[in-house]
This record gives sequence, C-alpha cells and structure tokens, in this order.
Amino acid sequence: MKLSDALQIVTRTDPGLLRSHNEDAVFGNGDLGIAILADGMGGYNAGEVASGMATTLLSTHFSQLLSRRFAQPLVAGNPRQVQKILGEQITATNAAIYHSAQSQAQFAGMGTTLVLGWFYDNTLSVAHVGDSRLYRLRGESFEQITHDHSLLQEQLDNGLISPEDARHSVNKNLVTRALGVESAVDPEFNEYDVAVGDLFLLCSDGLNDMLDDAEIASTLQSCASNIHLAADQLVQLANDKGGHDNVSVILIKVLGDFSARGSWWHKLLAWLK
Amino acid sequence: MAKLILSMDGLVLKEIQLDKERISIGRKQHNDIQIDNLAISGEHAAVVTILNDSFLEDMNSTNGTLVNGQQVKKHFLRNQDVIELGKYKLKYVNEAPAAGSPPDDFDKPAGTPPSFAKAPEFKRNASDLSSSPNKPDTPAPELAAAIQLLSGGNAGKELDLTKTLTTLGKPGVQVAVITKRPNGFFITHVEGNQFPMVNGQLLDAQAHQLKDHDVIEIAGIKMEFFFKT
Repeated sequence: MKLSDALQIVTRTDPGLLRSHNEDAVFGNGDLGIAILADGMGGYNAGEVASGMATTLLSTHFSQLLSRRFAQPLVAGNPRQVQKILGEQITATNAAIYHSAQSQAQFAGMGTTLVLGWFYDNTLSVAHVGDSRLYRLRGESFEQITHDHSLLQEQLDNGLISPEDARHSVNKNLVTRALGVESAVDPEFNEYDVAVGDLFLLCSDGLNDMLDDAEIASTLQSCASNIHLAADQLVQLANDKGGHDNVSVILIKVLGDFSARGSWWHKLLAWLK
Repeated sequence: MAKLILSMDGLVLKEIQLDKERISIGRKQHNDIQIDNLAISGEHAAVVTILNDSFLEDMNSTNGTLVNGQQVKKHFLRNQDVIELGKYKLKYVNEAPAAGSPPDDFDKPAGTPPSFAKAPEFKRNASDLSSSPNKPDTPAPELAAAIQLLSGGNAGKELDLTKTLTTLGKPGVQVAVITKRPNGFFITHVEGNQFPMVNGQLLDAQAHQLKDHDVIEIAGIKMEFFFKT
C-alpha cells in the first residue's frame, strides 16, 4: 500500500488558556511519512521562532531528500543508515537555530524540544530531544514510547521521587536536552515495528501535564475510529483542565501495510532477477 | 494562601497576604502595597492571583522590576521568588502542597547535563485571564447525569455518565460519544454514515450540548438524557 494511503495523520496545536503565544509547532505529511512536533522555549516570541525553525527546516529538508535521494523506498533493517540521515538533519537544524540565537539579541537563549517520527517499510524511526513525547495505542495497550530528557525523568530514574509525586513536581519543565541551545545536540534514536491498527500520538507537555496517561488512553480508545475528533477532544480536555500551556498533538493512524517489499520498485527488482 | 514579604536591606517591613485577585504595588496612595520612594513608579507593578497561581506584571515602571535578578515584564511566580523594585525586595512565599518538590539544595547527580527552563513566563495580559471564555470556573459542583434506554433489548436500563467520555452505539455501524465537560454534557458523532438525533433533530459534526430530558437516537436505539440531583 502507498504510504499516503496507509497513514492517516492529523495535527492540532492550540495556545491553551493562559498563554497568548503558541510556542509549539507541528508538521505532519502522509506522503513523506513524517510527523514533527516542537515545543519552543525562550523569552518574548523567541520560543515560537525556535520551534517554527525546527519544523520548517526539517520538513523542507525531508521533502527534498525523500523526493531526490530516496526515489526507491527505504527498507527496514538498516537503522544506522536512517539514524545517520536523521542525525545529519537534526544537527543542521540545531546549528541554524543556535546561530540565530547567537547572532540576534532578541533570540538569545531560544531553543526547542523535538520529537520526529519517520514511517517507512512497516517501521517507525523516532528521534527525540527534550520532553515532547511519543505514545502508542496498540489494541488495549497504551504506552509511552519516548523517554523524556528532563530533570524530573532523571529524578524518577534515580528513584529520588515517586511517579505520584512527580505529577505535582514544580520543576516539570526543566529539560536536560534541547535543540538550538548549544553548538552540539544529542538526539536519541529508536526504531519500532508498526502494525496495522496502531495509533501513534506525538504531543507537547501541555497535553501530558494536564492529562494523565489513562485519560489520554481512554480518549484515544473512545474516538479511535475518528482521529480528527480524538485530536480535538484531547486539546479540549487539556483546556477544560486549565490549559496552562500550549497544547499540541499529532495523531497517526496506521490504516494498512506499507511494506517496501510490496512496492513497485521491489516488484521490478524481483521481476528483473 | 500565598503571601509577599516586603523587606529593605534585610529588614522585614510587612507581610501581605495575596487574598485579592489583583494587588497593585506603587508609590501612589491608592496602591494596595504603597512604597513611598522616588525609585518606585506611581503604578509600578501588580500581582494577579488566580486560585493558587500568582503572576507578576510590571506596569511599565520607570526603573523596572526584577525577579531573582532578571528583569521581567510578566512573570509566573514560584515559591521563594524574590521580586526587586529599587532597593525594596518582595519575597513570594507559597506553601501550597507541591508534593515531591525537591529541596532547594537538591544536588544534581554527577554528570547531569545542564537544564533549560522552558518558557516560565505567562505572556497573556493578566486582565485577559478573568475574561477568558473557557476558563474553568471556580470549582463548580460536580455535574451528575445519566441516560436511560427507551427502546431496544435493554430498554429501561440506566447508564451513569461518570466518565469524561462515554461512547454509545455499535462500532462499525454508528458511534457517538458523550463528553462530560466543566460546563455540561456534549454529544458528538464519532463514526458511521448516520448521525445521531436529539429530540428528532439530526445533528451535524459539531458537538451538541445536552439538556435535561433530551431524547437521543443512535443506531436505532432511543435513550433519554437526564441530570441527577
């Protein structure tokens, strides 16, 4: 099945109720199989500049890259190759944001989180930096896939704080890694298999700070057949609970198999052999 | 309740309870916190408190307002923040239960990379907060409602709407969801070619607020919505 037919992607971003600026930025494209979410930080409007640069630069580069270099589809089983491409793109984006922050006083100190999902050959490659998350709903099981790069997560990992206390922690929004704040960036890469029926959620902390995982899961389960509604409900629910921060969600529903082995390219190769 | 402690040169002058939605700070007489010093503007700053959260706003003062040494325009106050206006200091103390908040001298594990604070400032005008249409009201009494099936095999059966989302109908045929929100209960179409009916009227894709004794029809089954008291 063609990637664009196999994936249904919806994006939503909302400033929430307390902030006049939306410092989140989202991008999703089923033809490319790419979903990008960034949550910016920095004074005045620098946060939205950083997150906007991240999604714009990455999406532009990926659309050029995927149309040129990968005329033939990528095949799973070579995570190094994929991570090299992701790493190069993220490093370049980091440099662009960092240089803007260094060269223009009004952007000083800006940065952004990033979570990027790349779908190809029944596989999902994920790169993330900071505390924006990826979750997966598969059947009844709802799981957080990414591991936050945050001070709070480190405290949790070190057993210094219980998950219950973590919900009320005051330093929720301290991230230990970010894009654009230093000359180098350290993204985390992971690969996951994808099954038909999977529902993936990318979100900014404005969602998972306002809603617990069970609430997110039950919303996705209730509205799984209509992901436009599911995305609207998640944003609405976060706002009903106070909407303290910008809320962004990207939902990706896997409607069919998108194995590269079934593509015209591989059929052609098989026929030639 | 949160409070501000006014001091100068380490000498505590006054404690001010943040028991009003807006507390003004300035040199002029009418301010809630009056500081008679020429370095302080007539209307220098204000603290807006909503529920347990307080925001500091500099009212375009001549000499500016600092929080923890940083110049701010608007700032979301956290426990132990120190606000400086000229030589005066105001310490913000909010002993609200922040369970699990680490002690101030919390040592980061060795090798921990630096942390970056994410957008600590709330940039919307404080005055906008109270007029925000979707702002959750001061804890309204919890709404309780249920639906009773009027037709079909389970006629007479009652279903309490206690969850945030309750789905109704047959998956693959017609499904609607009832969402419980702070301002009431809303029904929305989820899937199926047929949209739900309320009191004989076909709904569109928009959420529809339910009123007491509305009759809903989904997948051929009629049911009545009612509030419980």
